[in-house]
Amino acid sequence: MRTCLPILLLLATVVLVQQLTQWTGTPFYLTQLTMAGYYSLLIIGLCLVMGYAGQISLGHAGFFAIGGYLSAMLTTRNLLAYQDHQLVALADRLGLLMGRHDFFGNEILALHPWPAALVAITTAIVVSFLIGVPVLKLKGHYLAMATLGFGIIIYRLVLGTPIFGEADGISEVPGFPLLAGLSVSGDFGSRVSNYYIAWGMVIIAMLLLLNLINSRVGRALRAIHGAEDAANAMGVDTARYKLRTFILSAVMAALAGVFLTHYSAGIGPSEAGVMQSVRYVAIVAVGGMANLWGALIMGVVLNFMSLRGMFGSYDDAVFGAILIAMMLFAPQGLLRLALLARIKNLLTGKKDGAA
Amino acid sequence: MTAELFIQYLFAGVTYGIIYAIVAIGFNIIYNTTGIINFAQGEFVMLGGMIAITLNALLPLPLAIAGAVLLTMLVGAMVEMTFIRWLKSPSVLRMIIITIGVSILIREVALHIWGEGVRSLPYFVGNEISTVNILGARISPQVLWVIGVCSVIVIALSLFFRYTMQGQKMRACAANRTAATLCGINPKNMVTLSFMLSAGIGALAGCVMSPITYTEYDSGTGLAIKGFTVAILGGLGNSMAAVAAGLLLGLLEAFSVSIVPLAYQDVIALSILLLILFVRPHGLFGRKDAAGLKEF
Amino acid sequence: MALLEINQLNRRFGGLQAISEVSFAVEPGIIKAVIGPNGAGKTTLFNLIAGSLPPSSGTIRFRNEVISGLQPFQIARRGISRTYQNIKLYPGMTALENVMIGRHIQSRTGFIAGMLHLPWTRREEAQVREHCLGLLEMLEIADLAEVEATSLAFGQQRAVELARALAMEPQLLLLDEPAAGLNIYETAEVGRLISKINSQGITVLLVEHDMSLVMDISHEIVVLSFGRKIAEDLPLQIQQNPEVIKIYLGEEEKEDAQG
Ligand SMILES: Nc1ncnc2c1ncn2[C@@H]1O[C@H](COP(=O)(O)OP(=O)(O)OP(=O)(O)O)[C@@H](O)[C@H]1O
Ligand SMILES: [Mg+2]
Repeated sequence: MRTCLPILLLLATVVLVQQLTQWTGTPFYLTQLTMAGYYSLLIIGLCLVMGYAGQISLGHAGFFAIGGYLSAMLTTRNLLAYQDHQLVALADRLGLLMGRHDFFGNEILALHPWPAALVAITTAIVVSFLIGVPVLKLKGHYLAMATLGFGIIIYRLVLGTPIFGEADGISEVPGFPLLAGLSVSGDFGSRVSNYYIAWGMVIIAMLLLLNLINSRVGRALRAIHGAEDAANAMGVDTARYKLRTFILSAVMAALAGVFLTHYSAGIGPSEAGVMQSVRYVAIVAVGGMANLWGALIMGVVLNFMSLRGMFGSYDDAVFGAILIAMMLFAPQGLLRLALLARIKNLLTGKKDGAA
Repeated sequence: MTAELFIQYLFAGVTYGIIYAIVAIGFNIIYNTTGIINFAQGEFVMLGGMIAITLNALLPLPLAIAGAVLLTMLVGAMVEMTFIRWLKSPSVLRMIIITIGVSILIREVALHIWGEGVRSLPYFVGNEISTVNILGARISPQVLWVIGVCSVIVIALSLFFRYTMQGQKMRACAANRTAATLCGINPKNMVTLSFMLSAGIGALAGCVMSPITYTEYDSGTGLAIKGFTVAILGGLGNSMAAVAAGLLLGLLEAFSVSIVPLAYQDVIALSILLLILFVRPHGLFGRKDAAGLKEF
Repeated sequence: MALLEINQLNRRFGGLQAISEVSFAVEPGIIKAVIGPNGAGKTTLFNLIAGSLPPSSGTIRFRNEVISGLQPFQIARRGISRTYQNIKLYPGMTALENVMIGRHIQSRTGFIAGMLHLPWTRREEAQVREHCLGLLEMLEIADLAEVEATSLAFGQQRAVELARALAMEPQLLLLDEPAAGLNIYETAEVGRLISKINSQGITVLLVEHDMSLVMDISHEIVVLSFGRKIAEDLPLQIQQNPEVIKIYLGEEEKEDAQG
């Protein structure tokens, strides 16, 4: 199968990188690699929307924020004072609440991360549906502006709402106990396991999306991208396909938001900002638009460099420059340039560069 | 609401509205000659303010403003010549991304030159506490400057497009590129001109508003969004409608101040933008078949 | 009972009446040709039938169901497929993938099944591929299956489009100038192909400027001029219809003048 080998290679690389950091005594790199992994989750989802379905979204940071902020807010909001309220009592009895002590030893009773994540993801689905139905009817500049507008609305809402911490964001978000003994958190002790949780999710997501684009659905999406009216005339319900893709990518963005927030124990408004959305678009563009591997590789590399502060105070400028350079000189993406095309073909085992 | 308060809100609304309209007209000028939405439009406004503030340290205010407008026009021309001119029929997606990239670069350059601080030009006459009494309301004279200068820009532009050779050439290009080329007009130069013109009016607006709204390296983004909302509200490409739409949005914002918390002000404009895009993408005043939505 | 019934159909573009009070029916199993000079409204008629354009007024019925007002994909699902006058293939996809889009409505792998790559979707995918390769073989372009479709020669692109339309197993096939740009041998080949397709039970509605092809293969002919139907008859009668002759003589005189 053509997706199996590259996925195994990815798995091997992930393990190798972890081993390398151990041998060289640089396990601190794992922190940024884990975060880059979660961002990549969003980026490959966006790649599906932009590269395959051909719809630009300048608002994906908004979905990330919906995931991150909702789970942060729900798991930090202390319900101790409302303990006797019927709803809270009911939730407690159902095991939906989690008690703990904060930094100063105060008792906190808040929603358990599982139901919180569920609420966050469901919200992302509902919002992406409500926004997607009208927005995806638009094209070109109108689509770009509408998604940008959506992103800024989310940004303004988190920035202006006290329960979302306004300019400070939300901190002291608890870890996310996934299974017994396995928890998404920034504890030093669980750095390795968290690296594997993040990258496990990325590998699974890559596998699912690669399967998808090589299926009937992926074919229909590429047809929509290439000639929407001709796809429609062949019986493809173009509106529904675009919407489903959009929702799928919103869910992936929200998932990334939920997990990254628990991992870094907090979230701030910059995660919801326009610049963040633009970054994601830049990375998908550098990766070659319709190229999940390109998006993944670029997502990890650029996010890792950015998170390690390699771009210094020129962080945004670097992404701006990347965007322009890509669109001016290689609108098909770096991995489409002649030299790299061969390497890519070797990796994916495809004879034709036109994926 | 008292009469004074009403007039106060009215002037605030008109001031912001006409600034939005200028930004929207900037969008329209470039859109009409190229079909591009220039996401860096707001940055021109910011640049105008920033350059004028810097120049004002050396030069008297009028000269500083004139210099800022000219320099920003130069930046506009450079942007067009470096990034736009030599692309052969680029896709809309490509153009969108390029102008977004340009806006980021301009913003970052501004950040490294001028820092994160908030700056402003001095009041053209008097200072922040001087007021003029209009029908019992106290209005800053700078507000009158903004309204006055922006009105002059609008009128001058419409005269320019109607009565000057260059203006008519630009309109010809907008209407039909091929035909214009046949008549010996070089559309590429018209595109450069349109970038300079948008940059110039943006910069001038940026200067007159600086004393009251202040100038920051990232104040362009917010303005661009408002300007685009207004451009869409009026119907893309239609500058007179943009003025009406700008005033509408400005007044709406001003009068909703007492109902909607300040932090959510932008949310109103953006919700209007989304609503218009969803139900009347050709604008409040535009005709449906003229919108050419499907042309991209 | 007619397969397709068009009733007082109108379509305006601003001030231009591209289709004006057109009514006719297509009986099942036949080849019906729509002819007329350039700009007569033939392509517009196809766009109306396929749902790419909504009619200004009038109705279109397919198998006794009103289809005017439906979306193109809904009309396709009811059994109408088409080719385009100026070929519309999907760029960046191989010839085979283009044809496989034609099987979209015959297959059912959705988002979940596609992501999980379930055994039945694998089988379905293999069947779709098989079927489409068969079509490419029938059109004698099987060796081009893995070539990017939009990079093919003109005639080959036409063939890919036809294969894509056939992959849908339509009941009604709309062909918009399938022989345009082809030489006489290729044109004759296309004629044989259309007859063969028709003999397999597919009703064909054909727009074509090549009169010998039209007269050879079609059972009935509708003539449009300036958006109006001016004649509908058997091929032999159409050839003798004075009004039709007038239009086409006019055309030829123009061409002579140009030549
Ligand atoms: N989308 C459209 N918008 C405006 N006018 C259109 C549109 N489509 C077609 N027309 C006009 O409608 C008329 C009929 O065009 P149509 O393409 O249907 O003609 P046709 O019979 O297919 O001609 P040809 O033989 O050249 O293909 C023409 O005058 C054409 O310019
Ligand atoms: Mg035609």
